[in-house]
Amino acid sequence: MALLNIRNLTVKFATATGSFTAVDGIDVSVDKGEVLAIVGESGSGKSVSMLAVMGLLPDTATITADEITYDGQDISNLTPALRRKLIGREITMIFQEPVASLNPSFTTGFQIEEVLRLNLGMSRREARARALELYRAVGIPEPEEKLKAYPHQMSGGQCQRVMIAMAIASNPRLLIADEPTTALDVTIQKQILDLLMKLQEDYGMALILITHDMGVVAETADRVVVQYKGKKMEEADVLSLFESPQNPYTRALLSALPENATGDRLPTVSDFFTQEAAG
Amino acid sequence: MTAVVEGRTIIQDYHIPGGLFGGAKTVRALKGVDFKVEKGKTLAIVGESGSGKSTLARVIALIDAPTGGELLIDGQRVDISARRPGPEMRSKVQMVFQNPYGSLNPRQKIGDVLMEPMVINTQVPAAERRERAEAMLKKVGLQPEHFNRYPHMFSGGQRQRIAIARALMLNPSLLVLDEPVSALDLSVQAQVLNLLADLQDEFGLTYVFVSHDLSVVRYIADDVMVISKGEAVEQGSREAIFADPQHPYTRQLFAATPVTDVSAIRTRVERRRLARAGAV
Repeated sequence: MALLNIRNLTVKFATATGSFTAVDGIDVSVDKGEVLAIVGESGSGKSVSMLAVMGLLPDTATITADEITYDGQDISNLTPALRRKLIGREITMIFQEPVASLNPSFTTGFQIEEVLRLNLGMSRREARARALELYRAVGIPEPEEKLKAYPHQMSGGQCQRVMIAMAIASNPRLLIADEPTTALDVTIQKQILDLLMKLQEDYGMALILITHDMGVVAETADRVVVQYKGKKMEEADVLSLFESPQNPYTRALLSALPENATGDRLPTVSDFFTQEAAG
Repeated sequence: MTAVVEGRTIIQDYHIPGGLFGGAKTVRALKGVDFKVEKGKTLAIVGESGSGKSTLARVIALIDAPTGGELLIDGQRVDISARRPGPEMRSKVQMVFQNPYGSLNPRQKIGDVLMEPMVINTQVPAAERRERAEAMLKKVGLQPEHFNRYPHMFSGGQRQRIAIARALMLNPSLLVLDEPVSALDLSVQAQVLNLLADLQDEFGLTYVFVSHDLSVVRYIADDVMVISKGEAVEQGSREAIFADPQHPYTRQLFAATPVTDVSAIRTRVERRRLARAGAV
């Protein structure tokens, strides 16, 4: 049975010029222990659909869905108190800008201990011990020292490790990572992806990875959903997607990768749509 | 053939002034870098954040004066700390920045963005300035009716086209591009890379292309310089570096770059399947 199941999700935003549909009838499901990549360009609604599940969208958003269930339980109409029980414990999320996700005025240690105390009801002493353990698990060097460091004293990669430590603190069953490595260098990206994959395997949690980077998809995903302008274009296991993409948009995305360039020019997505229209 | 731009042991120090709790410090961001780019060629500078690649780009673009070393443009020594470069020199070297949201003034219309370099550096009359700006808009794939619009009305890819158009207004011979496509989506990135290739052919432009993305570098560069901690650890033709990287740091970069190759994916999927079967 799917851990998270979303059917026919639509998210509309009220804007000054009328209603804008960011997500248009998307179905997404992720199984226990599975790595699902949601891939798309900016404006494809790939983040919005997950923010809708987390209840993190602003009031201007209207969310409708036939079904949003987590572990068989309907989570679309939870009271805020019940939602807080679920979000941050069972389902956690990390974001693109690790430095911006942390509060600059407090040490990272204080921030992770706050999560442990509020969400898991630990005492200060327990929280301190568990924080140290988590810093070790996510591979932060000199963890005792780093607990006392402020976000600006740490590198982007280290801040992302702190975010990951917070996200796995409650042994979640589903981690949603929204472009977790986009702001990072390739060598750091590799380390963070390896870390996420290792934690995912060790803890047996499901991982939803939102990304625009086909390289990241190729290196991590079991299954892939391709989104474009709020609609799902294609869904396939990772090997079939790269081996024989069915949808013209997926084909366009793959051929726009510079490493797949055959001639002097890179094919672009609009080239593909013109070709499709022509014949 | 003389090089369009040449650097000899370029050194750049940054001074961090002492504050209440510490003394002044000097950080050496570039530790003596040599390079040379010939006309119509593209040199890619590859490195991670903090490696000094953007520092080098700013030195080449005549924005910052290096602490030491010589910079030659068209065989002529340029030292901006001694004398401000004149309009002629400014016209030769132009720069495109990474973030097209930050590099355009939100209160300036696109037409004014494009005409400003001419107002500052040339005597071209107003009517001709407008004509040239409209022609340049077309050249980079935008429409003349975009002339009176503001930057917020454009997408990221369109803004980067505008930034490129602005850099080309003075007919430069050298364009310094600091991560010009890393803020863009994959398909838009392809369009901008195509545009850069077309413009290079048409105007015989020389590019210094700063990037951290090896797949982009492989596509666009003729020569590659790998920079780490302020030192050029490896330099050579694109073919040589991609076929046989010598320096451990270059190899590390290659190893970290994600591969989208089907056989590599098959191996990974298979390994994962076995690991799971073993776990159960």
